[in-house]
Amino acid sequence: METAAPNYFLIIGGVLFVMLNVAAALIWVERRMLALWQDRYGPNRAGPFGLLIVAADSIKLFFKQDWVPPFADKPVFVLAPAIVVISVLLSFVVIPFAPGIIVADLNIGLLFFLAMSSMGAYSIILGGWSSNNKYSLLGAMRGAAQMISYEVFMGLALMGVVLMAGSFNLREIVEAQQGLWFFIPQILGFVIFFIAGIAETHRLPFDIPEAESELIAGFHSEYSGMKFGMFFIGEYMGITLISCMLVTLYFGGWLGPDFLPPIVWFIIKVVAFLMIFILLRASMPRPRYDQLMEYGWKILLPLTLVNLMVTAAVVLWLEG
Amino acid sequence: MELTFYIAAAVATIATILTITRYNIIHALLYLVVSFLAVAVVFFTLGAPFMAALEIIIYAGAIVVLIIFVIMMLNLTHEDVDKEKAWLTPRVWVGPAILSLVLLAELAYIILAPDTQPTEALVAVDARVVGMSLYGPYMLGVQLCGILLMAGIVGAYHLGRQKKKVVHRFLQPKEGRSAAI
Repeated sequence: METAAPNYFLIIGGVLFVMLNVAAALIWVERRMLALWQDRYGPNRAGPFGLLIVAADSIKLFFKQDWVPPFADKPVFVLAPAIVVISVLLSFVVIPFAPGIIVADLNIGLLFFLAMSSMGAYSIILGGWSSNNKYSLLGAMRGAAQMISYEVFMGLALMGVVLMAGSFNLREIVEAQQGLWFFIPQILGFVIFFIAGIAETHRLPFDIPEAESELIAGFHSEYSGMKFGMFFIGEYMGITLISCMLVTLYFGGWLGPDFLPPIVWFIIKVVAFLMIFILLRASMPRPRYDQLMEYGWKILLPLTLVNLMVTAAVVLWLEG
Repeated sequence: MELTFYIAAAVATIATILTITRYNIIHALLYLVVSFLAVAVVFFTLGAPFMAALEIIIYAGAIVVLIIFVIMMLNLTHEDVDKEKAWLTPRVWVGPAILSLVLLAELAYIILAPDTQPTEALVAVDARVVGMSLYGPYMLGVQLCGILLMAGIVGAYHLGRQKKKVVHRFLQPKEGRSAAI
């Protein structure tokens, strides 16, 4: 392990650099792809293919007045946007991008991801509460209920994978998929994890905490400047994280035919999932709040439990 | 690793003290979250990574979120903070302080007395070992916890159940509508 020491900081730096840039680039990608699917042009003025819109957006965010409302709870108000970015960035620590390219090969990698995603709920709750605004508070309450509920199915859906791989270590989970990617035996778990992942990142169609047509902007309506930017970037990093997890857990991570290096396979799969996330935003209507909760507790929870029990029985039967 | 333990332990102690001395409940709960995170680090350095993960997922990630969820709806104001300040007079501290002092004395005795030192070396306890012991010698405890949780769920369902109300005025039953008019 001593020889890997200088490499180690390179990996940390690389992962941080790539993830922050991917989050920024997704702003452009999302607008262009939405435009493509909705049969319009999208941003195409600034620079080649409108690429400089990312720079324009960031400059705008940085130069906006960084305003804290006088009625807000100041320390919590400032803390809230940082939590979402910290928790999402910390989750990338356990993701194996390719053999050897992983920041921390934790034995509890999967649990670490779940822990960090549950920490992410605080940013919404605290942001909404500290804004001292009724729309923000409504958004925060919806967000809290949604994230706590969907965390349950998220964790339970992942346990099917854990049963099949026999480990919480993400690298070992990828290696266990050598013969067969887990999305075939775990198709139910995959679908539920995907839905729960959308709800955890509160993306459309499940963007109920921020639903702009009913709650103005929900939990972040009082935020401006780079504090809003943190929520914005956190959301894009969140969908990147969920895509990475989907690829790692169900689509064989870096595994793929030999003609491309492992990291390229990983990137191709992640980009495919990012596109699915954007396509979902372009095509799905938002459910009502109670519909979302009912859907979760009455349909997804029994399905995950059935999936878990059947998987456990089959694994025991094959071993026995 | 030892330094990490001491730093995390210090953070946990300070955060817990701040938790009980804050007048603003949300701030107190935030310190409680920090305390849980620090305790998770302590677990991790002592060789129980599984417990550390569960500590964050269950306590910091779910239970405190639920408490904050309830407190958010209480709409606390500055008057409440002042009221709380009035309640917390020095006389209130006497009872808990004496009880804590007894505990502190016991703790000091355990650390200082020679015959109470742990003899076996630290071993890492991973998820597999935790599962084996939960479903081996502690099976009865797991079952009892299951029954308790089940009772809680049934009770919550019973308390939260209400008759379905038709909220639209045209869908109300006839006599209800005439009474309203």
